Amino acid sequence: MTAADGVAALLALAVTLYACSGLADYGAGFWDLMAGGGETGRRPRALIDTVVTPVWEANHVWLIFLFVTCWTGFGLAFGSIMSTLFVPLSLAAVGVVLRGANFALRKDAAKAGRRHLAGWLFGIGSILTPFCLGAALGAVMSARVPPGNAAGDQWTSWLNATSVAVGLLAVALGAFLSAVYLVAEARRRGMPKLQTYFRMRAIVAGLVGLALGAAALTALFFNQRQMFDRVVGRSWPLIALGVLALAATFLLGARGVVRGLRVAAAVGVAALVWTWAVAQYPYLLPFELTIAQGAGATVTQRWLLAWFAVALVVLGPALFVLYRLDQRGELVEDPTTTGDTPIPAGPA
Amino acid sequence: MPRLSSVVMVASVRIVSDWLIAAEPTQLLPARSQMAFTLMFHIILVPMGVALPALMLIANYKGLRRNDPVALTLARRWSHAAGLTFAVGAVSGTVLSFEMGLLWPGLTQKYGDVFGLPFAIEGVAFFLEAILVAIYIYGWRRLNGWTHFWLGFPIPFVALVGAFSIISANAWMNTPAGFTIGPNGEPTNIDPIAAIFNKALPLELAHFVVAAYMAAGFTVASIYVVGWLRGRRDRYHRLGILIPFTVAAIATPVQFVVGDSIARWLASNQPAKFSAMEVVTQSGSDQPEIIFGRYDADTNTVSGGIRIPGLNSFLTGGSRDTYVQGLNVVPAENRPSNVNIVHTAFDIMVGVATLLVGLVLWFAIAYWRRRQVPRSKLFLWVASSAGVLAYLAIEAGWIVTEVGRQPWIVYNIERTSDTVTKADGVWISFIVVLVLYTGLGIATVTVLRAMSRRWRRQDTGDEAAPYGPRPAPEPEAPDPEVDTARRAGP
Repeated sequence: MTAADGVAALLALAVTLYACSGLADYGAGFWDLMAGGGETGRRPRALIDTVVTPVWEANHVWLIFLFVTCWTGFGLAFGSIMSTLFVPLSLAAVGVVLRGANFALRKDAAKAGRRHLAGWLFGIGSILTPFCLGAALGAVMSARVPPGNAAGDQWTSWLNATSVAVGLLAVALGAFLSAVYLVAEARRRGMPKLQTYFRMRAIVAGLVGLALGAAALTALFFNQRQMFDRVVGRSWPLIALGVLALAATFLLGARGVVRGLRVAAAVGVAALVWTWAVAQYPYLLPFELTIAQGAGATVTQRWLLAWFAVALVVLGPALFVLYRLDQRGELVEDPTTTGDTPIPAGPA
Repeated sequence: MPRLSSVVMVASVRIVSDWLIAAEPTQLLPARSQMAFTLMFHIILVPMGVALPALMLIANYKGLRRNDPVALTLARRWSHAAGLTFAVGAVSGTVLSFEMGLLWPGLTQKYGDVFGLPFAIEGVAFFLEAILVAIYIYGWRRLNGWTHFWLGFPIPFVALVGAFSIISANAWMNTPAGFTIGPNGEPTNIDPIAAIFNKALPLELAHFVVAAYMAAGFTVASIYVVGWLRGRRDRYHRLGILIPFTVAAIATPVQFVVGDSIARWLASNQPAKFSAMEVVTQSGSDQPEIIFGRYDADTNTVSGGIRIPGLNSFLTGGSRDTYVQGLNVVPAENRPSNVNIVHTAFDIMVGVATLLVGLVLWFAIAYWRRRQVPRSKLFLWVASSAGVLAYLAIEAGWIVTEVGRQPWIVYNIERTSDTVTKADGVWISFIVVLVLYTGLGIATVTVLRAMSRRWRRQDTGDEAAPYGPRPAPEPEAPDPEVDTARRAGP
């Protein structure tokens, strides 16, 4: 394994972590939008708010990490992806801003009208960004992003059956993950009604995700046979693992078991990410640019890997403290320190 | 309105023909505009992430050391403001990382492995700072006072690491290092560590970090100066002015020295930028200092403005005989694309800095004599706008370094126009970003103001000690949603 392979593995790892954490944030936004206005949606929205507020920024650092590692390790692939997919990725950035603005605005927009608007922005951003990121991934996977500055088609690269299916799959996976996480959070806070509420939604989102996954595979079969063969031929154990994890999540959920529920759901999503990564290996941009061809200087790759090791050592203890405090309920906003207005600080 | 439409026609034809004649890609103008706009937005938040934690820790230390609840209250409030600006900065920073590829794919394609590493460092520093800020903010009232302080203590240093890496990447664009251009035009012999520690880094980093401390200090102080002017002359406001203003007052004279060094350094290392800053049109000695004035790119001359004979040469090399390179030796196509912007921004930055030095001197003398905020209305009026002024200087300085580097994205090696995206729709994306950021900016200011109003309301009631037992939640206006959620259980 070369240093470049190691950096490519880091990228896949970053996508995995982002899918398991950031995607769930988007999913929470999706449920916020779907919760309905006024009195009906108040309780689920309050839970979503309490759960997501302390973690949303930390979760999105993985996206920055992904970008930075990609342009440092594989500059050509990064430039090609960002330029050909200028439209969906710009829209994804718009979604990021909408969600961020919401976190700043939401609680302090005391007037109901403004708060309602903030909720809408939050919801729209929460659907737009995962869809666009998923569609971009679908475009890369279906070999529609050739190397070069905007060398691929700016529209058909992501507006095609495969990319759209993968985009929708990303939205559904986020909704599924976050519903599962929220079941566990509702349980921890002793809210049985909300537990049932999100369990129903987790099941629906899981089933929709399953259907969309099948749709994406079918689309891939017709769009990009070579990649389809790799997915089915090479990554089938991972697909099986994903389906098993989904089944386990359903089973645990149905029995009302919370222990292991979140892990099972996250493993399912991670398995899907690696289905893609393994199928695409060794290509950065199928089937024109391999990891070896697209890799930057070896010395830089080695420094990236070394820095990642340093990062683990530095971030590990800090994250551990944060996690401990969070699980002990120490990070719940204290109204006496923040007044009547909780700050969207969280892991800023 | 036939005349209006013909004027518009002529103007638009001229703009289009200018593009064609310059043979610049059509994406260049919107891409540069979008990058400039988002950076100028982000840079407002940066001093709050870099220097506000230090202010908050100073107040925290003072409060613990002297058992001073007022200082602790300030520290706690500043930590909340820092948390908010940090959150918004996370969003605008994410957008910048998108833009590196969306707008300048040619840069990351070709040089990603040369100068990308500092961004990876910044990512980790940012993550660590985020975690520490979160722990610090939520640690109030929950952790032991000194434990809490020491958990927050690393924040300013981690912030420095972040500033170091981003400034390193920018300094690399000014003084590229760590590679040679091979026969095929691609960088070879890549040494990312040499790229990080490039020549421009030390001065540029010092200049920026000191500027961040000035901006944060003056801004925080100016908020309390406004309260002071409105008659709220209590200990809370006194400390709120004295702590940040003292920090800014220490930083300002340092900045004068650093700024002077960096200008002289530029004269020998980035002479084209220096010529644009000082509008030196013809190389030679005995150069006048020209304040404002208007540069004409076609004739390479300056009209108007105030001229101080020989001063530019004197400031550059200590004597009127000092030779200063002019724009005339730079081929027209390699001159900074907008000399007027660079020069005006430079003059504004220097002008503001001079004003702030005067303000700081006044403060120092008054404080030395009476250990109190100066009484003069004039001082207070200027001090109340010192935050805005410091930010004006930061923005102007950023314009000087960025616009002054044009037409190069990698100085003297890679032209900005060769790296811009070939994708369509950059104008639309610029407009969308403009609208979104306006909303985000308004939202941020609204929330910060709401925080400040709320704190003022609280001040009329009793302000429990930050490390005391957690008092019962205020009965007035608890957040209805969170409240419902908390009560939702059995």
